Amino acid sequence: MAPLDDLYREIILDHYRTPRNRGELATPPAHRVEGFNPLCGDEVTLYLELRDGRLADIKMTGRGCSISQASASLMGAAVKGKTLEEVNAALERFRQLMTVTETRLDEGAEPEPLDVRSLGELAALAGVVKFPVRIKCAMLAWATLAQGLSEASSH
Amino acid sequence: MSSYSPARVRADVPMLHRQVHGHPLTYLDSASSTLPPRAVIEAMDRYYECHHSNVHRGVYLTAEEATADYEGARAAVARFINAPGGAEEVVFTKNTTESFNLLARSWGASQTQPGDAVVVTEMEHHANVVPWFQLRDSHGIEVRFIPVGDDFRLDLSHVERVLAGAKLLSVTGMSNVLGTRNDLAALARLAHDHGALFAVDGAQSVAHGSTDVARDGIDFLAFSGHKMLGPTGVGVLWARRSLLEAMPPFLGGGGMIADVRTDGFTPAAGVARFEAGTPPIAEAVGLHAAIRYLEGLGPDAVEAHERELTRDALERLESTFADRVRVIGPHDVIDRGGVLSLDVEGVHPHDVAQVLDQHGVCVRPGHHCAKPLMRRFGLAATARASFGPYSLTRDTDALIEGLGHALALFA
Ligand SMILES: Cc1ncc(COP(=O)(O)O)c(C=O)c1O
Repeated sequence: MAPLDDLYREIILDHYRTPRNRGELATPPAHRVEGFNPLCGDEVTLYLELRDGRLADIKMTGRGCSISQASASLMGAAVKGKTLEEVNAALERFRQLMTVTETRLDEGAEPEPLDVRSLGELAALAGVVKFPVRIKCAMLAWATLAQGLSEASSH
Repeated sequence: MSSYSPARVRADVPMLHRQVHGHPLTYLDSASSTLPPRAVIEAMDRYYECHHSNVHRGVYLTAEEATADYEGARAAVARFINAPGGAEEVVFTKNTTESFNLLARSWGASQTQPGDAVVVTEMEHHANVVPWFQLRDSHGIEVRFIPVGDDFRLDLSHVERVLAGAKLLSVTGMSNVLGTRNDLAALARLAHDHGALFAVDGAQSVAHGSTDVARDGIDFLAFSGHKMLGPTGVGVLWARRSLLEAMPPFLGGGGMIADVRTDGFTPAAGVARFEAGTPPIAEAVGLHAAIRYLEGLGPDAVEAHERELTRDALERLESTFADRVRVIGPHDVIDRGGVLSLDVEGVHPHDVAQVLDQHGVCVRPGHHCAKPLMRRFGLAATARASFGPYSLTRDTDALIEGLGHALALFA
């Protein structure tokens, strides 16, 4: 099993202690979407404001473990102001990052050199994949974002 | 005379000899599942190596042996819980959850009318809640809850009203979150005074003290083998004979019939009627060995040991961490078992458990399948440490050290 530092990187602890983009947005114009992780009771509520093909603003509330809340905070920072295309690309890259492949779970195997640089601070979450139970925690905000975007675009 | 020595039990449990992350295993999750002693594992091995056959079918020697083993386990269960009607009152299931589903689908569906009430408590495991809601949805019964007070015990101040017109009161022997033990004899009297039957969820209580259905006036009792040093895959529903006889079968198939024709079937008599298909034979053998092992320790001695561990842990958690670690459950050890649900300041239970794991300490984070109770106390989750017959104060030492690391990391 990987050492604990792989999971609790300093950036993650920082985003957990001081989450970014906390708060709410008026609905409408913003779209509100909730996500739950029934396993550990993690909750995330996102407020998404779409304008001119961009995710113009994002705010969030929620409670849960450090991984779920830090991942939400890091996500907000990564996708705010981006075009929907860019947001979807980030979503896809993050999904890849959280995918367990056989070799990644092998003793001593390093995470794949998946274009981590393009992920910026999000790369701090790469270690989560070595703790498979926690992947759901890290994915919560992202799955909620995907759901919110598809709901908002079908309105 | 019991010659119970927790250290000797520890030596008997193979899993407690392994290391995790370079530390000796500190197993504090017995409320989820207990660790089996070698005697249980060897009994199952011996069964598969020498006696395995299907039961109640063949007439050759090993089939007779397997049948004798399986029925012997049933007799042992009856003795263990002091069933007044003996083995004929013991139904083998898969686990506590299946036992409650059998009770709701069979007794509930046949003996309740729309508008009848089944009363449970706010501290029940979902296994003793969801089947009753399902019965509500299919048969129109009402499900009522006895609340839990701020002292983490059942609040019986309005119980007369809650029990009025109830058909069944179904209560856990011990809360898997709070550690609270309920006074089963008193609750049985209350239920019976209101014309209701009394069911007990014994999942958390059977391995941590004595269980006596006759003494306490219990009508139905459900429990799981894997929470009493036995294997997974076997559980029990015990019911008073007169009640069992009025219950229709739930699962249909082989083994549960007296006759099958092209126009229908006749169910078997006795407990066979509730055991469709090939039963968990090896698991019943393992459960039998677990019962013998527990009887050898002495249920009262185990209860006293776990009470002392709990008293010591409550005291040391308080003196070490004060308000930074809150115990969600009674703070005295009267009517309380060895389950410690912890709320650690500023650290989510999942993170607590993750840090503890790195020190070889197994605790369980989550809602513990008791969401009504968690909601009652405004919590999404706790980190739960729980003791078993093999637990020692050095397990508490490791817990306290690990909690210190968790607090330091997230401070
Ligand atoms: C009080 C209580 N009831 C029922 C259960 C369910 O047991 P099983 O999962 O073996 O069916 C548990 C186990 O967590 C429990 O603690």
